Amino acid sequence: MNRYPLWKYLIIGVALLLGAIYTAPNFFGESPAVQVSSGKPTIKVDTALMSRIESILKDAKLETDGIFFDTAGLSSTVRARFRDTDVQLQAKDAIQRALNPNPEDPAYIVALNLISNTPAWLKSLHALPMYLGLDLRGGVHFLLQVDMRAAVDKRLDTFSSDIRTLLREKNIRHAGITKSPTEIEIKFRDPETRARAEDLIRAQVGELSLREEGSGQELSLFASLTPAAQKEIQDNALKQNITTLHNRVNELGVAEPVIQQQGADRIVVQLPGVQDVARAKSLLGRTATLEIRMVDQEAMAAGGSGALTVPERKADGTVTPVPLKREVVVTGNQLNNASATIDGQTQRPAVSVRLDEAGGRAMRAITRDNIGKLMAIVLYEKGKGEAISVARIQGEFGNQFQITGNFTVQETTDLALLIRSGSLAAPMEIIEERTVGPSLGKENIERGFRSTLYGFAAIAVFMILYYRVFGLISVVSLSVNVMLLIALLSLLQATLTLPGIAAIALTLGMAIDANVLINERVREELRNGRNAQQAISEGYEKAFATILDSNVTTLIAGVALLTFGSGPVRGFAVVHCLGILTSIFSAVFVSRAIVNLVYGSRRKLQSISIGQIWRPTTTAAK
Amino acid sequence: MEFFRIKRTIPFMRYSLILNAISFISFGIAVAFLLTRGLNLSVDFTGGTVMEVRYPQAANLETIRDAIEKKGWGESQVQNFGTSRDVLIRLPLEKGTSSGQQADRVMQTLKTQDPAVELKRVEFVGPAVGEELAHDGLLALLMVVIGIMIYLAFRFEWKFSVAAIVANLHDVVLVIGMFAIFRWEFSLPVLAAVLAVLGYSVNESVIIFDRVREHFKKYRKMSTVEAIDSAITATISRTIITHGSTLCMTLAMYFFGGPALHYFALALTIGIIFGIYSSVFVAAAIAMYLGVKREDLVKPVKKEEEQQLVP
Repeated sequence: MNRYPLWKYLIIGVALLLGAIYTAPNFFGESPAVQVSSGKPTIKVDTALMSRIESILKDAKLETDGIFFDTAGLSSTVRARFRDTDVQLQAKDAIQRALNPNPEDPAYIVALNLISNTPAWLKSLHALPMYLGLDLRGGVHFLLQVDMRAAVDKRLDTFSSDIRTLLREKNIRHAGITKSPTEIEIKFRDPETRARAEDLIRAQVGELSLREEGSGQELSLFASLTPAAQKEIQDNALKQNITTLHNRVNELGVAEPVIQQQGADRIVVQLPGVQDVARAKSLLGRTATLEIRMVDQEAMAAGGSGALTVPERKADGTVTPVPLKREVVVTGNQLNNASATIDGQTQRPAVSVRLDEAGGRAMRAITRDNIGKLMAIVLYEKGKGEAISVARIQGEFGNQFQITGNFTVQETTDLALLIRSGSLAAPMEIIEERTVGPSLGKENIERGFRSTLYGFAAIAVFMILYYRVFGLISVVSLSVNVMLLIALLSLLQATLTLPGIAAIALTLGMAIDANVLINERVREELRNGRNAQQAISEGYEKAFATILDSNVTTLIAGVALLTFGSGPVRGFAVVHCLGILTSIFSAVFVSRAIVNLVYGSRRKLQSISIGQIWRPTTTAAK
Repeated sequence: MEFFRIKRTIPFMRYSLILNAISFISFGIAVAFLLTRGLNLSVDFTGGTVMEVRYPQAANLETIRDAIEKKGWGESQVQNFGTSRDVLIRLPLEKGTSSGQQADRVMQTLKTQDPAVELKRVEFVGPAVGEELAHDGLLALLMVVIGIMIYLAFRFEWKFSVAAIVANLHDVVLVIGMFAIFRWEFSLPVLAAVLAVLGYSVNESVIIFDRVREHFKKYRKMSTVEAIDSAITATISRTIITHGSTLCMTLAMYFFGGPALHYFALALTIGIIFGIYSSVFVAAAIAMYLGVKREDLVKPVKKEEEQQLVP
């Protein structure tokens, strides 16, 4: 008797059901859509925008198959689905015109995208189609190396000018400050002065570690960054570069960009669907600048324009022109850092900005003479300025000051980010680039699918001819394997690449091994004179240990590839490892369950259909 | 239908000496080629730029080659890729213009020749990345070998573990050697294929060793050679059917998978064929030379019995 207890059937049933649910989205195909997301950190995408887009489409008499609001992580998008690409293109133009009256300075990113036709109830179960890699859908992949030494060097520059100012303010005489790429050397004539300077620097600049050297008249103090400070600088540089890249990629109108840290000093940028690589590259390398200028209040009062007029976007969404004076107080190069904070006196959200020495000096001079007047922080991008903050000068300040205004905490965070994202913290270099055209992506999918299908068909025909009913059962369990593998890949949203499709094919070729092992064992048991039911249970039992062994060694290779591989190797390894796991389940449990259902309950089973069993006239092994 | 009607145990080990000599010689040839000629490494490892372009009609490789040579970047390659309309252009690294700008310039030149040319793919790999990928690849190979050895030593016995690894590394060297001999392009996916084959071929050895152990247990009087022969005989039909099926898949990939999967599928196909050979003839033979005995595999039971027998 070969019967499974009910719970085993239930487990298999549940697995099959889940497999079917999560595989299903891959068959629904995709519809053209227009995706709208925020083009600036100060602009939020919310459900109000959704109804706005709805009315825009209604006005333009364009029919939509549904508008969706999605929040993934920090960013939200509104997507509208359309029947065909003609309507999609018209809709994109209509939305673009309505949302971005000034195409030179878009507030929203309106991009073409594809969205899955998966029904809503499946989506609510997080059943989504597999996530295709760039080689399957076309796009650009960049790997950028951040020059950390430059970031550290830039920071040391600031510290050396800070120290210079500090010593001068406290009247400590030094004999020169020089800076090497890794440390600052300050020379002194006598040890007492050095000791005073050392105490002062230690108290004021916590990020530096100090070391004394020299004797007699030739005394020096070496200051270098503490490992913690160095790490912080590098982390910040990386974060700032990622933020800057995000802002820039947004302008490209890419539907689903990926910008991620890789390792300690690298950034991966993936732009699916982008064809104009040259433009993408120039955008990624661009530097935006920030300036601080005085507001021309006379012109403002008169309602006229100053030497220069930039728009200011207020918190309530209105835009007012701000006339500015010609002189630039502080340029973006003089800006070191910005962070969101709480003002100590008023307990209100504020942005703390840090300038370098030259910027600090200029700031001190201008604020001393202009208390009570308005000052504007202007962000320049693509040659166009926008006042991101206009604030009244409360008192004289130097290289570290706060921008207070009518800010919420969210706004100060955004503002700090915007100020920081004005320029890259450290130069970057593209060290790897992969571009795949959309036609090649489609070809790759087709080829991968076709080779898997043909290989599978060949195996299926052979298995059924050779093992008859048991062969058919093997093929069914192999199909279950494919389904479970695709379901798992869809569920995990692991990136499927061409090597990944190859891994599906290879895994199928290898998974059949387990079925062959089982079938051969069952035959062997029959050959040795067992009855049918015994042969089935013995065959499965004996084959199981072998199947486990052989899959473990394959899995070891797969895991090593997953750990040390990158790029195409990783795409292969993920699918390969998952495939080994699903193949054990389907070959051992699913095929056994079918065999049990077909043969297990027959009391007087005379023969099973596993192909011809040839019995040697003399026994093979003694 | 049954293909294998094996009447008696095939004396595989009788031929082991001559086959091992052949293995040894081919191994030597592979190593010699690897050392002298080296591998035709792809840009994944060497760094550089690869471009794939498509023309609406058959491409004239000569004019493309001339145009690129005029740039004076040194050794570059222009060849057809898959069809006569698709062209693969490989450019060496150029100091200074590191960010794949080369590709843009080549495209400009090609567009002046024929405006209908379409850029299908660009890959640029910097020199540091190439070195890293090569390093990671070797590390992965090492980890696979160590992992499998530990598992086999734990599951069977060190002699089997050594035998299986030696046999399968011999496969890896032969496959890579083939790539060196025929100057096939060795890329990251090919490396992945080689490592996957390594894990897969070890299966084969595991299955044979499993049987050897079983036969040692079952037939107490059987000698080592007999046990190995009967184990291989018992598993040979499975070996051929399984690998036949896997080969169906890799060949389907080779013929229908397009140029991108060409060498990947080739490496898998060759690797699987060598894998069968080495598991059957090399691994078992090495275990035999290392002096595998019944006691090595069925130790615990045996020891107790012996202790009881000693007066």
